Amino acid sequence: MAYTKRIDKRKFDETRPIEAKVGVIKRADGSAMFKIGNTVAYAAVYGPRSMFPRFLQNPQKGTLRVNYNMMPFSGHGDRVRPGPSRRSKEISMVTEKALLPVVDLKEFPNAVVDVFIELPQTDAGTRCAGICAASMALADAGIAMKDLVSSIAVGVIDGTVVADLNYDEEAFEGEVADIPVAVLPNSGKISLLQMDGHNTRGDLKKALELAKKVCMKIYEVQKKALKEKYASGKSESK
Amino acid sequence: MSKILVKEKDIVVPGECLAEGMDYLPGIGTYREGEKIMASRLGLAVIDGRAIKLIALSGKYLPKRGDTIIGKIKEILMSGWMLDTNSAYHAMLSMKEGTSDFIPKGADLTQYFNFGDYVVCKITNVTSQKLVDVTARGPGLRKLKGGRIITANTHKVPRIIGKKGSMVSMIKNATDCRVIVGQNGIIWLQGEDPKMELLAVNTIKKIEREAHISGLTDRIKEYLEKETGKKITVAASGE
Repeated sequence: MAYTKRIDKRKFDETRPIEAKVGVIKRADGSAMFKIGNTVAYAAVYGPRSMFPRFLQNPQKGTLRVNYNMMPFSGHGDRVRPGPSRRSKEISMVTEKALLPVVDLKEFPNAVVDVFIELPQTDAGTRCAGICAASMALADAGIAMKDLVSSIAVGVIDGTVVADLNYDEEAFEGEVADIPVAVLPNSGKISLLQMDGHNTRGDLKKALELAKKVCMKIYEVQKKALKEKYASGKSESK
Repeated sequence: MSKILVKEKDIVVPGECLAEGMDYLPGIGTYREGEKIMASRLGLAVIDGRAIKLIALSGKYLPKRGDTIIGKIKEILMSGWMLDTNSAYHAMLSMKEGTSDFIPKGADLTQYFNFGDYVVCKITNVTSQKLVDVTARGPGLRKLKGGRIITANTHKVPRIIGKKGSMVSMIKNATDCRVIVGQNGIIWLQGEDPKMELLAVNTIKKIEREAHISGLTDRIKEYLEKETGKKITVAASGE
């Protein structure tokens, strides 16, 4: 049984509707919301600020610290047990590594930039939504960056390459590969690449091409959201 | 063939291409990648002759030598005071730089500066590790008594001060308040009339909100004239 029609009637290279907003959390130094379909990610950036305990400080350059958290009621079925888990620790780590190539922390030795990603509602593709929100929040916080980071999950369902899987597609009975990708839009470099499931080499190449194409669209949304905050004349007042 | 891809005062995001070709030079807040000049942070693009600069719109204060800041005493040490500077780094005020009085050995340092006191001070030195030294000896540098403290975005401070202090002296004249603006975004205000003090606060908030929209001085003048009912003349080079 081949996957000829998507469950929610999207085209194969079509994402769920995307919404982005910058400056959603007033007390944070920078913040952003990124919504893709039913997945909602909020990111708040604090800092650069002094880092404690002191042994964590790096005198060469600043530190980036990312925390990913899914809220207890955010998922489909069971309540997500609050607090750090093996999964959330891994995602925090990969998110940090996806963002690190673009941020410039040379100016803040011994200091830390904290990024908190919260997910009040999830429907697959959370780490990608988190990365998109975090990169916008970092830019809003005035951190020096080479580029933004755009991210999307692509996948192969029964031999069909699709963009932006939702939860139902991830849980599809047949053979499913779920590939979250983060792209630096201006250089086209990839800063996150994971894969879950089975796949062929040819399909993986096709999926990555699709991911790059979709990320360029997401980049435009991110850019627009950042510019909108300042163009409207309503900048943050702390 | 070189060309500029942005207009003056355009809002640009990190990684956005500002110009192509080697005829232009990357200024502050930008970097060169091959033939292209890219933005390295969120801000307003400014074309200054051949150089392309970026005015930052957000971000925390980063201590710089020569800046006059307002700090808060957060710790008292053997040899001086430690100040919170509204940034990632604290500043050190040594006993010698704190006061010109003679401080006897073993004296209680709180009689000069106590916990929570705000001090107008000048940054004398910043090391590569961001150890900050400040002095409270000099014209206008002192401990602040009374008044109120508000915080503003550090990148909006030049707009609040205005050209040669024109904006802040306009606020001072209109509201009869004493105002000190620290480069780190901490602002001290003191006025006889609480209503005028509040107006000064609101004016500064308004400046912060509308700093990047052109015609700021006229708008603030209009606003102050409406609120106070006084006629205000903008001093060209007020101190």
